[in-house]
Amino acid sequence: MRYLTDRKRAERKGASGTGTEHQWYMQVSAVALAFLVPTFLIVFGRALGGTRDQVIATFANPWVAILTGMVLFVSMQHFHRGARMMIEDYTHGSTRKGLIMLAISVAYTVIAMGAYALVKIAV
Amino acid sequence: MVQLTLPKNSKITIGKTWPRPEGAKSVRKVQIYRWNPDDGKNPRLDTYFIDMDNCGPMVLDALIKIKNEIDPTLTFRRSCREGICGSCAMNIDGINTLACIYGMDEIKGDIKIYPLPHMPVVKDLIPDLTHFYAQHASIMPWLETKTNRPQKEWRQSIEDRAKLDGLYECVMCASCSTSCPSYWWNSDRYLGPAALLHAYRWIIDSRDEATGERLDDLEDPFKLYRCHTIMNCAKTCPKGLNPAKAIAHIKHMMVDRHV
Repeated sequence: MRYLTDRKRAERKGASGTGTEHQWYMQVSAVALAFLVPTFLIVFGRALGGTRDQVIATFANPWVAILTGMVLFVSMQHFHRGARMMIEDYTHGSTRKGLIMLAISVAYTVIAMGAYALVKIAV
Repeated sequence: MVQLTLPKNSKITIGKTWPRPEGAKSVRKVQIYRWNPDDGKNPRLDTYFIDMDNCGPMVLDALIKIKNEIDPTLTFRRSCREGICGSCAMNIDGINTLACIYGMDEIKGDIKIYPLPHMPVVKDLIPDLTHFYAQHASIMPWLETKTNRPQKEWRQSIEDRAKLDGLYECVMCASCSTSCPSYWWNSDRYLGPAALLHAYRWIIDSRDEATGERLDDLEDPFKLYRCHTIMNCAKTCPKGLNPAKAIAHIKHMMVDRHV
């Protein structure tokens, strides 16, 4: 017997006072990606089919490197926050925690790999 | 983990088919979800035939006719019969609505009636709304004031009163909340469209003086931010209200406080 009233069961431990930053970040990053992704696709599309040297020259350009870095960082941040929302919707308990950690790990791994490749091309 | 199939004891079986009314010219087939917690059996779908020449036009008329004339064991809630009390909310023809204001002429083919989805069933068409009402109570559905009580009444301008239109009409029938997938998966923590619409009704009330506290109580990834604007709530609301819009307004107010 937990001696919980229906009202207490509904209120649980109250409000955590968070969530708005997440909501706002998703809106801001969605707007940023609406500009970043098409621009990146145009640059990437032009480099497609070129020789290795041409592709490296394209991504060695500081503006393209910054654009690529921003696409990687913002999209992966957007991805792991969105994935977290989905995971929280459909899973509970340890599965939820494990999947959230996996989504965050995947996002930061992709960012790290992309950043490493960009630095290697630039240097 | 989300359940995509019904548990064994919730699988619906074929139920009893009641005889057709003798001599009736206009007959409609009605299939109704039946479950009795006392007999230990799985839910079943009973089939009834209604003589439409001797029945009112609404689904609730058919239910009352069945209970009075065919099967007195059929159990459902009803009270006002005019869409004000919200008692007779059920899933009719795949839509959560009020049986008293849903005409049988709006339904093509057989009439299928189930209790509101994803809620514990008390019996037949009666869902257990205990948690739903507790969530409503948790948003403090009353005027919170700090200034001294006026001698006559709390006054409000016509413009401020107009802000409550589209909100105060909610009859708490639970049709919206039980049509919301987010509420299905996380009803233990997500307040759902009905409670949030009521929350906004009090937040936006010019006479209320606890707006900040109300927003504090709602700022939570689960209580408020499980709304993904799926809009089932607005589509199903038998009163034509838009809880998703009210929730969006709350989210805007939250962002305004932070940014």
